Amino acid sequence: MPNLYDSYVQVNILVLYATHCFPTKCIFSVSHYRLFPTSLGQVISKFSVRELHISFTQGYRRTMQWGQTFLPSPPGAELWVWFQDTVTDVDVTWKELTNVLSGIFCASLNFIDSTNTVQPSASFKPLGVGNVTDQRFLRYAVLPREVVCTENLTPWKKAGYTSDLCQDWQCKSTAWELRQTLNVVFDLHSSGQSKREWSLFKMFSRTLTEACPLASSSKVDVTDNPQGELFELSPATPMLSQAVVLGNRRTYSQRVETCCALYFTESAMCQATGCRRGRSTPWCTTTTRTGPSPSSCWTPCPGTCVSTSHTLTVTSKGRDNKPSYIHYQPSKDRLRPHLLEMLVQLPPNSVIEVTVQFERALLKWTEYTPDPNHGFYVGSSVISALVPSVVAMDTNSTQERPLFSSFFPCKEESSYFMQVYTEPLLVNLPTPDFSMPYNVICLTCTVVAVGYGFLYNFLTSTFQVEEPSPGLAKRLANIICRLRGVPLL
Amino acid sequence: MAAPLTLLLIVAVTIRAVLFRSSLADLISERVEVVSPLNAWKRVVEGLALLDLGVSPYAGDVFHETPLIIYFFHFVIDYAEIVFMMADALTAVALYIAVKDYNKIVFRKQKYALEANRYPLNCQQLFRTPKEMYYIPLKVAMFYLLNPFTILSCVAKSTCGLNNAVIALFILCTIKGSALMSAIFLALATYQSIYPLTLFAPALLYLLQRLYIPVNWRRPSFWLFTTQYAFMYLGSLCVMVCLSFFLLSSWDFLSSVYGFILSVPDLTPNIGLFWYFFAEMFEHFRLFFICVFQINVFFYTIPLSIKLKEHPFFLIFMQIAIISIFKSYPTVGDIALYMAFLPAWNHLYRFLRNIFLVSVVLLACSALFPVLWHLWIYAGSANSNFYYAITLLFNVAQILMVSDYFYAYLRREHHLTHGLYLKRKDGSEATLVLK
Repeated sequence: MPNLYDSYVQVNILVLYATHCFPTKCIFSVSHYRLFPTSLGQVISKFSVRELHISFTQGYRRTMQWGQTFLPSPPGAELWVWFQDTVTDVDVTWKELTNVLSGIFCASLNFIDSTNTVQPSASFKPLGVGNVTDQRFLRYAVLPREVVCTENLTPWKKAGYTSDLCQDWQCKSTAWELRQTLNVVFDLHSSGQSKREWSLFKMFSRTLTEACPLASSSKVDVTDNPQGELFELSPATPMLSQAVVLGNRRTYSQRVETCCALYFTESAMCQATGCRRGRSTPWCTTTTRTGPSPSSCWTPCPGTCVSTSHTLTVTSKGRDNKPSYIHYQPSKDRLRPHLLEMLVQLPPNSVIEVTVQFERALLKWTEYTPDPNHGFYVGSSVISALVPSVVAMDTNSTQERPLFSSFFPCKEESSYFMQVYTEPLLVNLPTPDFSMPYNVICLTCTVVAVGYGFLYNFLTSTFQVEEPSPGLAKRLANIICRLRGVPLL
Repeated sequence: MAAPLTLLLIVAVTIRAVLFRSSLADLISERVEVVSPLNAWKRVVEGLALLDLGVSPYAGDVFHETPLIIYFFHFVIDYAEIVFMMADALTAVALYIAVKDYNKIVFRKQKYALEANRYPLNCQQLFRTPKEMYYIPLKVAMFYLLNPFTILSCVAKSTCGLNNAVIALFILCTIKGSALMSAIFLALATYQSIYPLTLFAPALLYLLQRLYIPVNWRRPSFWLFTTQYAFMYLGSLCVMVCLSFFLLSSWDFLSSVYGFILSVPDLTPNIGLFWYFFAEMFEHFRLFFICVFQINVFFYTIPLSIKLKEHPFFLIFMQIAIISIFKSYPTVGDIALYMAFLPAWNHLYRFLRNIFLVSVVLLACSALFPVLWHLWIYAGSANSNFYYAITLLFNVAQILMVSDYFYAYLRREHHLTHGLYLKRKDGSEATLVLK
């Protein structure tokens, strides 16, 4: 990997399963492992997974400058899974699945447990053909602290960019779909070139010599930057077309479009003084010119913060914007995190602020991470919205390219589904002094013993007249008298 | 005496009303010395908000009040400030009447003992006079209402004020001799937080004394009354627990309220001893030390009851003090309750040995608590050890004060039996020691 200064890396893996496949026919045949990684296939069949989404992201995506990413994902590692309805104990299966995936992807997914797993009810819908909405089979977890490393790409050694696996050899209908994306932002200026030119060789230290041997077709799409200067493509391509995508007329030729018509941007902020109380404020700026769009906003809060739902306020344009539906699940200490889901109407051209107050808890000595003063990460908020689509794309050229069509809406629909993540927050918790366990135990037990000592003394002793103690000479004489057996002085 | 009491109530209510309207109210309601996870007003509001959202208030770990409190505040949430002011006023009036009646009983007993010549001849200085006892009830009410700890607790709307009111009513009913009402209020106090269970013994002793039943375990009359009182107490407690179950249709509140008090999962700093101890404790020993610390609150009851069986009112004071010091989530409101009794022991002044040290340490610690908290949490220049040290010192001072009063009481009783100026065998002046 080249030097990624001031950059952003995102790896997405998505496995979808079609429901019209009967269970008896959905056993993987060995031949399909030519395209599909064996490890993933075994995991999916063993744990009866309907849909699996994993993403690893590192860095902060400057959405305003770089545009929207194709598959949004939060910083860190995110995993959400829809299980089949044949699964009897979802939590146990989830735990086993996370452990196995942690081994496959060489990531610390085994840290996913009940304290960071939630069951969202409205924000996450199955993206496959299946239309199941039984939330009992959905589990979502995010680890904001995970970093991305090349070992996470281990299963890629077996699979290609995308593959559809078929039910029958004629490939009439889809059974499984695997999508793997790698999203990297390079900063070309740091490579020391004064000229604004780039090439695949400069970025990846190798050129494309041939198509992917496993795929039936490989395409490279390049897009232009409409705000910036135009550039020439070398070698030139014959296909050049224009279309209106997401409201903007773009010239593209086998391009990978960077969406620059932002419908909304998201941010998050944690306001606090000291390390006692705070307010978590994810906010969202809409730039739509059309009417309000319904969106579901989901805010997580770790169990280390005691969040209060009665302090929840949603304001847009300075006025209260009451959510029409609130699903709130308060956290249980050391068992499960907070879950807050709301259905809010986003008015156009406005800033919407959601504020929740929380209190920071003092944890047990053993519950702090090895670097406790770094802080604890609060996962990203998710906003899922139905955004009104302005104009679709020309559908003729996209029939053969399912990947392209899944990224951009190319049907004449009134609205399409969009999901945006905020950045995670870093919360500073008050820490005890870690060098002091023995001292603290001793001192506290001393105080308790002082209380016990006083009370014991007064309860068991009585008042007596004190005999004065004789002088030293007399005491020595008394000792001798006792030895002799004569009466004392 | 009604006029000075009314004047006192008006002054107290005015001070509280002024503070409620000022900007200090929000600041005070967030202080950890004044509110704890058990009785914070914010958590009551959160519980009611959760109930409105359709979620059980005990689903999360925020709300630890009993269902009767939810039910009560469901109706009076808009008048919360008035409720807390009235609770304070009720406590003060109850303590006033209780101490007044107790003084009458004390004076009557002293008169009978004098007529029976039971006191030695040189003890006149130790006798209590009506002149000295006249203003004690008013002083008790004043000590409660004008105590800065009580005012802070009321302005913060901590439900500790309601608990204090229940305990004060329990004391009043016990002194008046009504066993049933005393049992009901004691059950209510126990239902709110478990620790008033230890007040069962002093209440029983007082009622036995009042009914002239000797405290002798061989006598059937003793057992008869004890069973009656225990039955009334346990019956009221069962009724309250079952009523709570029917209010919310679940037993969740048992683990959220009593499980929380006994197992101390929340380590929010407060003025007690538990938080830092269990923050630094290894998991392996946690259960053992939880048991040790909780037993520590309860196991002084029997020895103290045996020693002070002739003096149950002082025993009530000692028990309330021990609960306030050693409970799992103490606040300054608990301290204010037993401090209100101190004017009733004015006659012990000559035997108190450490009162200057104790009062200075208590004042200094009360001033240092907010300073060191700010330095730890906001300025970041101190750490938790500073606040913890002041907590330790505060508790040592309280223990010293309580044991000092105990010593003085025992010493006065000794002098009333053996004479004030004791002489040794050779006629020179003697000193008394505990052996």
